[in-house]
Amino acid sequence: MRTCDLVVIGGGSAGMAAAIAAREKGVKDILILERGEETGGILLQCIHNGFGLHTFGEELSGPSYAERFSDQVRSLGIAVETNALVLHLDTDRTLSYVSPRSGFVTLQARCVILAMGCRERPRGAIGIPGARPAGVWTAGAAQRYVNLDGFLPGRRVFILGSGDIGLIMARRMTLEGAKVLGVAELMPYSNGLSRNLKQCLEDFQIPLYLSHTVTDIQGRERVSAVTISQVDENRRPIPGSEKTFAVDTLLLSVGLLPENTLSEEAGIELHPRTRGPVVDEFLQATIPGVFACGNVLHVHDLVDFVTAEGKEAGEAAARFLDAGLPAGPHASVEAGEGISYCLPQRIHTQALPDSLTLSFRVLSPQRNVTLAVEKDGKCIKTLRRRVMLPAEMERLTLQREDLTGLQESLRLRIMDFSQNGRLEEG
Amino acid sequence: MYDILIIGAGICGAFLARDLSRYELRVALADRADDIACGATMANSAIIHSGHDPKPGTLKARFNLEGSRMYEGICRELGTAFRRCGAFVAAASPEEEGVLKDLLARAQGRGIPAQILGREEALLREPHLADSVRSVLDLPTTAIITPWEVAIALTEEAVLNGTDLLLGRNVTAIRREKDGFVVSAQRRDGSLETLRSRFLVDAAGVYADRIYAMAAGYSPFSITPKKGEYFVIDKEKNPLVSRVIYPTPSEKGKGVLAVPTIHGNLLIGPNSDPTPDREDLGTTAAGLAYVREKISKTVRDIPFHKVIRSFAGLRSSGSTQDFIVEEARDVPGLFLAAAIESPGLTSAPAISRYIVEELIGSHISLRPRKEYRKRQPPLVFDALSPAEKNELIRKDPAYGHMVCRCEQITEGEVLEAIRRPAGARTIKGVKKRCRPGMGRCQGGFCEPLVAEILCRETGVSLPELFYMDSQDETIKKGGENHENL
Ligand SMILES: Cc1cc2nc3c(=O)[nH]c(=O)nc-3n(C[C@H](O)[C@H](O)[C@H](O)COP(=O)(O)OP(=O)(O)OC[C@H]3O[C@@H](n4cnc5c(N)ncnc54)[C@H](O)[C@@H]3O)c2cc1C
Ligand SMILES: Cc1cc2nc3c(=O)[nH]c(=O)nc-3n(C[C@H](O)[C@H](O)[C@H](O)COP(=O)(O)OP(=O)(O)OC[C@H]3O[C@@H](n4cnc5c(N)ncnc54)[C@H](O)[C@@H]3O)c2cc1C
Repeated sequence: MRTCDLVVIGGGSAGMAAAIAAREKGVKDILILERGEETGGILLQCIHNGFGLHTFGEELSGPSYAERFSDQVRSLGIAVETNALVLHLDTDRTLSYVSPRSGFVTLQARCVILAMGCRERPRGAIGIPGARPAGVWTAGAAQRYVNLDGFLPGRRVFILGSGDIGLIMARRMTLEGAKVLGVAELMPYSNGLSRNLKQCLEDFQIPLYLSHTVTDIQGRERVSAVTISQVDENRRPIPGSEKTFAVDTLLLSVGLLPENTLSEEAGIELHPRTRGPVVDEFLQATIPGVFACGNVLHVHDLVDFVTAEGKEAGEAAARFLDAGLPAGPHASVEAGEGISYCLPQRIHTQALPDSLTLSFRVLSPQRNVTLAVEKDGKCIKTLRRRVMLPAEMERLTLQREDLTGLQESLRLRIMDFSQNGRLEEG
Repeated sequence: MYDILIIGAGICGAFLARDLSRYELRVALADRADDIACGATMANSAIIHSGHDPKPGTLKARFNLEGSRMYEGICRELGTAFRRCGAFVAAASPEEEGVLKDLLARAQGRGIPAQILGREEALLREPHLADSVRSVLDLPTTAIITPWEVAIALTEEAVLNGTDLLLGRNVTAIRREKDGFVVSAQRRDGSLETLRSRFLVDAAGVYADRIYAMAAGYSPFSITPKKGEYFVIDKEKNPLVSRVIYPTPSEKGKGVLAVPTIHGNLLIGPNSDPTPDREDLGTTAAGLAYVREKISKTVRDIPFHKVIRSFAGLRSSGSTQDFIVEEARDVPGLFLAAAIESPGLTSAPAISRYIVEELIGSHISLRPRKEYRKRQPPLVFDALSPAEKNELIRKDPAYGHMVCRCEQITEGEVLEAIRRPAGARTIKGVKKRCRPGMGRCQGGFCEPLVAEILCRETGVSLPELFYMDSQDETIKKGGENHENL
């Protein structure tokens, strides 16, 4: 069987950053497996600007951001196989992939980095009733048709879900000549970044219907209309509140799911909230030598954090291959009141890191609140935050002295949290 | 001039075409849809019922029993999937246990293996039976298939043996003349086509009464569609149930079932709601809520958070309450496979055999075709050994290109689905033949790739593929006009 020191599954921004970091830390035998025709991942279809403000201090389009990393991968001589889809991953880090060039290949990796990105939730997963004609797409699929295939998949469009891809597609479709009649969002607040709400909806006078959902789709071969209804506080449609729009297209931007079919098969523990692997402070999953970064670990909104996470994973993999990583008992990191999830989920207690950055999201929009960090049940730190939105990933860095003595658990919570009391007004 | 024109390419029409293609006859199979199996045959429970249920003395009872005994051999011949997974009929009250005893007697009277199992024993085999289940009727011969796979395979074989497949032909008028029928069919572009045939078979599903009326000016029976809605649940490592779970049947029908599918998904449904609109395949919040509630009476722990899709099908319920399989009394030469509601899938081979051998055979002599060509099943990449996979990719790199990550389908398989006899012309057609889009992402990843391959292979354009009427849908590719984004 062929062997390889480090196999990176997925050549998006996370995978490339990981491979580059590992190479810079001295790992020679690296292979990136990417199922697409080139590296870059989801960025290749994001032709809008807004990438890399943190990393490069300038706003790049998705493809140009990806290009910088693809170039670096190439100049470092890292092996990449494209059109290569990984089919199986085993607990012992053997994996198999298939590609037109190499055929069906089985490989033994000493170390694996999961960087498979995420996929979009389809219509079936949210159970919209109604007919099932052509003309219902996830926003990402529509984005691909428009930006890569030069095909405008609809002329009168309604969008369900105010996730970033939906917002970006509202603008994109409008600029390409389609009429976007509105965006409905189930929650009383948007799930997209504020700047996208402004630049993609407000600037184009596209109405946003908060606390609304699609309750019917009509059409035989092709969508002819969609009906939306207002929902009550339990997110149930309110009879009598229906509005019908004559459209030929419904785009769905109703959430992203980390792409973890392979991880699941390998027996890697997934977290019920993130739906990504449970990881320790090295981004190491529950199988030693398997690391995860980027959208496969948790869905990101900014590529800069993906790149940073990829780098961390790559460096950890290099350490794993070289001197090995600390083992031993670990404490759990818990998401307390008001926190949706918090990464990493565990920390080794016998070799505490010099500093530890927690990534987390809040459950609902929060204003002027205090975050508390508890160590083994005792509050060790509080921080004021002016605004925190579920759409935006938050980071918080702890120093070694904060962690010293940690035994059982680290817990992050919002003090005086009440679910509905702090919704953003308006 | 055809000898026989079959109207409707569902499971009945497909069996008829295949069975007739064994003989020296000119046969045509017409359907208004752009593919085979777009009616009830696409949206049902996919069960080969053992035959324990239909009322004695009905055509349903007769054809169900015959059909269920024919299926395994037919699937083996065609190279299509067939799994005898068995079934439980679950009783949740003393009254229902009484009904089980009657069903047991009925099954035994028909020679169908059956036994009653107590709760404990039943739980050993199906640990997820609901708490209310007291005992079950065990029906080991119940089986599952993939209905459209069988219909497509049959049609392929019919086409290989000279049958004309006329898709996109909506039959709108029928005139009887001395030597046969003149049939008008509307094509998708609105143009009319005239088809002539000595004999006609009406296998038009929910429109069977309309076809009759076109030929006779009236119809002695009527069809009322009854909608059935389902959830499809994602594949799981350890499937929740391993056999079909029926509730105890009632006046209203077989009830809401849990059905494993050939590919490892789980179907939950159907309800049964009369719908006036014969085109209404929409799911409803109320219907799906009913399904959810009812299934909890027989099976617990259903992972509804793993639903990947819901769908609805229409039963062709006839005013006579039974199948109508005969030569039309006042239209000689018109044969009926009408009101074929459940258990129509199971009964189809027996219905077809009866129509061909007994009804058509009494009008014309059936001379077997000298050379009968058998269908070769399509290649399934996933089923090959690593060495075979490598060999195949070396010969044809298209098999090394994965188009569908969820169901692991290669470009080679998609190409084959398009190029085979009666091949796919639509996204759904590819999905029906080799499954890209059936998995958990529901086509989010593979659809653009499949669309691209279809356009390349068949010359159709993307707007046409997605039923967009005008031509100027394409926009400039990337770059120059996007500077503000
Ligand atoms: C529409 C959209 C708009 C965005 N807008 C912005 C923005 O304006 N600014 C910003 O900073 N960030 C933005 N983001 C966020 C950020 O860019 C992405 O989250 C980030 O690029 C994800 O990187 P990744 O490597 O984790 O995943 P991906 O880029 O999805 O890469 C995963 C790669 O893995 C491959 N893969 C998956 N499974 C397999 C397998 N089994 N075998 C082989 N290969 C496999 C895939 O083909 C893919 O190339 C946006 C994201 C999206 C989706
Ligand atoms: C919810 C549900 C669950 C079921 N479960 C089972 C089960 O588990 N087991 C079982 O044995 N049976 C089951 N059945 C029954 C079974 O699905 C049907 O009996 C069977 O599919 C009917 O096949 P068909 O060929 O008669 O009709 P269809 O498959 O409906 O085909 C009729 C065809 O005629 C075409 N057509 C109609 N009008 C015209 C026209 N004017 N011109 C040209 N073409 C026309 C249509 O396009 C269609 O393709 C179920 C049915 C439903 C709805």
